[in-house]
Amino acid sequence: MSEVLTEDYYRKLEELQQLDFVLVELTLYLDTHPNDMQALQQFNKTAQQRQQAAYNFEMEYGPLLQYGHSYSRYPWQWSQTPWPWQV
Amino acid sequence: MWIYDKKLQYPVRVSKCDPRMAKFLMEQYGGADGELAAALRYLNQRYSIPDKVIGLLTDIGTEEFAHLEMIATMVYKLTKDATPQQLEEAGLGAHFANHDGALFYENAAGVPWTASYIAAKGDPLADLYEDIAAEEKARATYQWLIDMTDDVDLQDGLKFLREREIIHALRFREAVEIIKEKREEKTYY
Repeated sequence: MSEVLTEDYYRKLEELQQLDFVLVELTLYLDTHPNDMQALQQFNKTAQQRQQAAYNFEMEYGPLLQYGHSYSRYPWQWSQTPWPWQV
Repeated sequence: MWIYDKKLQYPVRVSKCDPRMAKFLMEQYGGADGELAAALRYLNQRYSIPDKVIGLLTDIGTEEFAHLEMIATMVYKLTKDATPQQLEEAGLGAHFANHDGALFYENAAGVPWTASYIAAKGDPLADLYEDIAAEEKARATYQWLIDMTDDVDLQDGLKFLREREIIHALRFREAVEIIKEKREEKTYY
């Protein structure tokens, strides 16, 4: 890969990783505590925030998911670098 | 079905080229208690476990693939600038002769990954106890890896992974209780 990644890239990426971490934790917790209403509310609220953060990241730096779960600009952005181990 | 997410679960940084640590990290890539074994163990158990814990096995099994990618990233970053001579000095000469810079599913001693690392008993409690043991063994390996390096950036990623093993073991313990409760429920016909 050749492009230089900005501070903004790392900031937005980390913001998304933080939200995703909360969601992974709550997912596993809810798997064994399905009746915890407070955790469920936090999960749904964070899922909504996550959607916004992922949208902001993707608008700027390209799709995170494929098979139609993210949009693409022209030319096809998905196969472009950087891949996760390159940043 | 699975969908790939084009980012790491947690940032992986290393502060130096260190093929010696890369070799040790292979234990968590293709070793008996490594991330590949973990992912395949849990996802495979889903088909014979009671419905109440299928979700947990699916989600932890999936997270293990994210950890596998983090380990691969660590190895990649620790070795990408190494010369063949540096690889040889780090004990990776035999690996280089066979695989060049490619990753291979093997443990720190170069033993290829094998399905016999995984048990599948079909008994929910036996399988879950195996899962708890696997998480505890992986946690211990991460501790030793953390102790073997002075690279604080690498340690940061390894500490995240060590922490996840603790959480997974806790959730599996809760799953054991769920199975026991269900077993003790009286069935009326």
